[in-house]
Amino acid sequence: MFAARHWREIPRRYRMEAGKCTTCGKVFFPSRLICDACKNKEFETVTLPDEGEILTYTVIRTPPSGFEDEAPYAVGIVKLGDVQLLTQIVDCEFDKLAVGGKVRVEFRRIQESGKSGILCYGYKCVPA
Amino acid sequence: MEGIVGYGAYIPVHRIKVEEIAKVWGADAPSYKRGLMLEEKSVPSPDQDVITMSVQAARYAVKRAGIDPKKIGNIYIGSESHPYAVKPSGTVVAEAIGCTPDVHCADYEFACKAGSEGMFVSYGLVKAGLVEYGLGIGADTSQGAPGDALEYAASAGAAAFIFGRENVLATVDATASYMTDTPDFWRREHQFYPRHASRFTGEPAYFKHTVGAGKMLLEESGMKPEDFQYATFHQPNGKFPMRVGKMLGFTPEQIKQGWLVPKLGNTYSGASPLGLTAILDVAKPGDKVFMVSYGSGSGSDGFVFTVTERIKKVQDLGPKTWDQLNRQKYLDYGTYAKFRGKIHKLEVK
Ligand SMILES: [Zn+2]
Repeated sequence: MFAARHWREIPRRYRMEAGKCTTCGKVFFPSRLICDACKNKEFETVTLPDEGEILTYTVIRTPPSGFEDEAPYAVGIVKLGDVQLLTQIVDCEFDKLAVGGKVRVEFRRIQESGKSGILCYGYKCVPA
Repeated sequence: MEGIVGYGAYIPVHRIKVEEIAKVWGADAPSYKRGLMLEEKSVPSPDQDVITMSVQAARYAVKRAGIDPKKIGNIYIGSESHPYAVKPSGTVVAEAIGCTPDVHCADYEFACKAGSEGMFVSYGLVKAGLVEYGLGIGADTSQGAPGDALEYAASAGAAAFIFGRENVLATVDATASYMTDTPDFWRREHQFYPRHASRFTGEPAYFKHTVGAGKMLLEESGMKPEDFQYATFHQPNGKFPMRVGKMLGFTPEQIKQGWLVPKLGNTYSGASPLGLTAILDVAKPGDKVFMVSYGSGSGSDGFVFTVTERIKKVQDLGPKTWDQLNRQKYLDYGTYAKFRGKIHKLEVK
């Protein structure tokens, strides 16, 4: 069920909680069961920094269903601390986007499950 | 003594100018600008709503308060544009700032007064000793029907305040509430746009209730208008707060810092609370602040605050209100209509 899946991801999507390996210190977002570097199974919860930089980006002009009204929009791989993640970059001008550009995390609506389903919230980036 | 320990403001980056709206409907922009003292208004992005703006404002408030969010005992969000008809906005916001599960949560509604209600009850719970910290938020992404006078003003923004007993940045010295049944503005269930009783929204509604609460507040505090450095009022347009300030004996100089509406528009539940954030951004220790909200239906809540030494340490810990207001991206009417969900792309199945 869509609502249950979204609910399980709340700590990661709302608060950017990641897992930090208690042995080697590697940070995973989302967290995982076994560290791929040292095979340790214990992680502490850490929060990702709310500022980072763009590693690469593209502009989506032919969007998947459910995102028709949003196109065109930018999507990027962003580095926040030790973690790289895929996210929308919003409130930006496409011709001013650049690799290395500074961004800041904001809380936004990610998706709505149709006209009557739940509203899904989470993180996106805006130019810093 | 009880008071505000942290505050935060959020204003979306997009704006539309009065001229751009007037052009589409054949209206006379200069007369709107003169008559209502409005120049432009904020517009939320398609992925912004009361919940997202409240989270941003609340995060800045937590940062300024410098507290563990787990100690927040209540969260009250006042709005007339809560994203869900049934399901509280506060649940999402509480989860996002990390103050669940030991927290009392409710959404408030009273047209544009809902934000100050959340503040009032948060302060009351702190004063009663029921919670250590209380969070009250006023936020709206209100819409006016296309071509209606409201379309020139209805805008978006959020302000959040954390109340507590220790380390306050402003004490609450007096409060007042003034309320009667006055049908000046309303929206029935399942209606998308609100309706208003045009000129009836003035004298018997906005002015009577704002002056009513304002006079109670002066009496309660034993203070005179000239004792205050700043005053802020509900601001549905540029003219009303200046006029009601004058009626109560305040000068334009006292009102100006919190008078955001010419550039921001009417943020409904966020209006006077955002005015207060703009004042706190520049206030000095010892400054007295006078605030009266107004919500159609109708009622007003008022507060008298005294700013403390701690203000200097927190002002720079979050984005300032006027800085957010002065950073803007302008939209044409077509993009604005798309952003506000007035038009949609055809879905090809
Ligand atoms: Zn490891």
